[in-house]
Amino acid sequence: MIEFMQSLEIWQILAIKIVFALMMIGAVMTMAGYSVLAERKVSALMQGRLGPNRTVLPIIGSVPIIGPFLQGLGIFQPLADGLKFLFKEEIVPGHVNKIYYYLAPIIALVPALTTMTVLPFGEFFTGAGETIPLMLADLDVGILFILAVSSLGVYGIVLAGWSSNSKYPFLGGIRSSAQMISYELAMGLSLLPIFLWVSKPGVEVSALSLVEIVNSQHQANWLLLVQPVSALIFLIALFAETNRLPFDMPESETDLVGGFHTEYGSFKFGIFFVAEYAHIVIGSAIFTIIFLGGWHFLPWMSDPWPANWVGTILGVGWFLTKTVGLIFFFIWIRWTLPRFRYDQVMDLGWTKLLPLALANLLFYIVLVTWLDQSAL
Amino acid sequence: MSPTTTKEISIGDVAAREAAGINQMDGEDRMALNVGPSHPTTHGVLRLILELNGDLIEKCEPVLGYLHRGDEKIAENMTYNQFVPYTDRLDYLSPLANNVAYAISVEKLTGLELPERCQAIRVLVCELARISSHLLGMGVFGMDAGAWTPFMYTFTEREKLYTLFEELTGARFTTSYTRIGGVARDIPEGWLDRVSKFCDELPFATDEVEKLLTRNRIFLDRTEGIGQITKEDALAYGLTGPNLRASGIDLDLRKDKPYSGYEKYDFDVPIGTRGDCYDRYLVRIEEVRQSIRIIKQVIADFPSGAWYAEDAKKIFAPPKEKILSSMEELIQNFMIVTEGPQIPSGEVYFEAENPKGALGFYIVSKGGGVPYRMKIRAPSFCNLSILEKLVPGHQLSDITVILGSLDFVMGECDR
Repeated sequence: MIEFMQSLEIWQILAIKIVFALMMIGAVMTMAGYSVLAERKVSALMQGRLGPNRTVLPIIGSVPIIGPFLQGLGIFQPLADGLKFLFKEEIVPGHVNKIYYYLAPIIALVPALTTMTVLPFGEFFTGAGETIPLMLADLDVGILFILAVSSLGVYGIVLAGWSSNSKYPFLGGIRSSAQMISYELAMGLSLLPIFLWVSKPGVEVSALSLVEIVNSQHQANWLLLVQPVSALIFLIALFAETNRLPFDMPESETDLVGGFHTEYGSFKFGIFFVAEYAHIVIGSAIFTIIFLGGWHFLPWMSDPWPANWVGTILGVGWFLTKTVGLIFFFIWIRWTLPRFRYDQVMDLGWTKLLPLALANLLFYIVLVTWLDQSAL
Repeated sequence: MSPTTTKEISIGDVAAREAAGINQMDGEDRMALNVGPSHPTTHGVLRLILELNGDLIEKCEPVLGYLHRGDEKIAENMTYNQFVPYTDRLDYLSPLANNVAYAISVEKLTGLELPERCQAIRVLVCELARISSHLLGMGVFGMDAGAWTPFMYTFTEREKLYTLFEELTGARFTTSYTRIGGVARDIPEGWLDRVSKFCDELPFATDEVEKLLTRNRIFLDRTEGIGQITKEDALAYGLTGPNLRASGIDLDLRKDKPYSGYEKYDFDVPIGTRGDCYDRYLVRIEEVRQSIRIIKQVIADFPSGAWYAEDAKKIFAPPKEKILSSMEELIQNFMIVTEGPQIPSGEVYFEAENPKGALGFYIVSKGGGVPYRMKIRAPSFCNLSILEKLVPGHQLSDITVILGSLDFVMGECDR
């Protein structure tokens, strides 16, 4: 495989990468679209409703049994929603700052899709017995890249709030920035113990690589079991980063009407909407990679699938299963809990999560040092 | 002729700033925020002009009247019976209780005594209306705090209630059930069983809501100590209903000035200790339980007999079959329809304990079928009067919780 890649011209490699990138964007966007459907269906299930069950495509809908079944599942709803956003009239209020107003949804979506480039989602078995991780770019500093890029998404929200030149979006933007500074630190600190734990003394492979983190959980503990406190802090911060309830201050619809996207309509709103769900998909994938063993089967067990293309597909499928499970968790929490007030989020971030993350870090510094010393 | 003044009102910042008097303000760091009249948190058409210092509210000015229809003036232009549908539209979340309060005040004017069965029916529908209103109040309160699911749970229960109302009155929302001197029709067969079945099942739903909210840490953080009303303030601003009782004042007109036979039933009046949003929520939940208790007692000992005052010849229309078969009843019905129920001259003020608080009707009659003057004391109006004092010092997000906990209806506030 590697020899094959080396035999290619640079433009051929580029073309392959672009095709793969487009495929992954397609996959993530589809998952984001169907997370919206899942959200509506799961919330309906929780609240004793039916959820979307009317939209149907003309020909498929008339197929007996299958057509009505798919219609009942609401399979076509994301398609209809997406088309609706496309065909809506493009309205730009007169009082907005046009450049930033158009820039904001782009800034919200691009980081979410960019983080995806360094996410490994499976492994490919070559005939020679090697395994090659499936990902667009195997960065040695993958996790740092993710932390750096994904937090850029919040600038889209802040910019939307500011450029709208309107009071409710403005308040939404302020809340978003206040929220960002309160969870970012705890999020970064919660990941440090992971690197300490994964990197072994004297090994030259970087433990900042996501592939290394996943492989360290193969036939061993999941990091969720080793570092539950880190997992908890990271999960809470993930909720804050994706603007999900109980941390959906920037768009809390009961007091800020729509928050930062009050002045947005048609496809620009659609982009914000998709960006939020893309964040959830990517966030769930990151959590799966770091804490749930990625595409590996279960803790302490070797993967039951064969080391060939079947194993690759099953591994990717298993990875997606875990991710979807986490997306369900996101939805479940959203429809269960009330919303924080934003000073309470700051309070939680600064006075609870940050000290907890620091204490957690200190504990693992001592523990890892002791383990390393006794191993030497 | 007094000189008329005109004031131009335009929507947007200029009007809001002028109304809040912010132009002359010293600091530049304040912002006037216009909440409503069309805003998800105001549950209708309440408008608040807020003066914000950062996220802190320094001044709050409620602007009312967006739903004003002149109900009190309308009442002067129609017979007593014709006004019953208008009472539906006061507190449109508990029309049955409004109907009853209005009917009792007119009956007080005539000195009419109602048979026991009629009174029992009225108590029953009042308590069902209270459950319906409080379920909505609880659910919407949860939604204001960000929890959507409890709202859907309570709405499912209200749906069942509306089905019961439909069976009883023929309408789901605006019921217009009472008449002066009775009710529109007797209860349908088997209806009581369905009501008791509903009352047996309701506690499961309220328990479910309580599981989601009552001990929830986030919910407690959002509601405890927010919108605290002291006893003195509650009395000074004329608060009534659950909002007053949450402040620790034991005033329930069903106990203190029983009407329609409330004295026969055994129930507790829950009161709060601190008067904050959380207490108001707890009081509502407990009142739902007490209402179930009352309904069970009513059904267990349901009186037989007439469901209207039979001796009220010039007030309550006779049964339809008699109208069609007998001359005297036909004339009687004709007179009631054309001239209205004949009410003696005099004046009366009567307050009933409605879900939102004390709903009062002050009626001046100069005889005949039309009131000379009517004044409605709307509990939501008095409950909202405290906003100006209550809201400053809270954050913008607390507005939703405070408004949700006051549980007002603009239909009755603006009338």
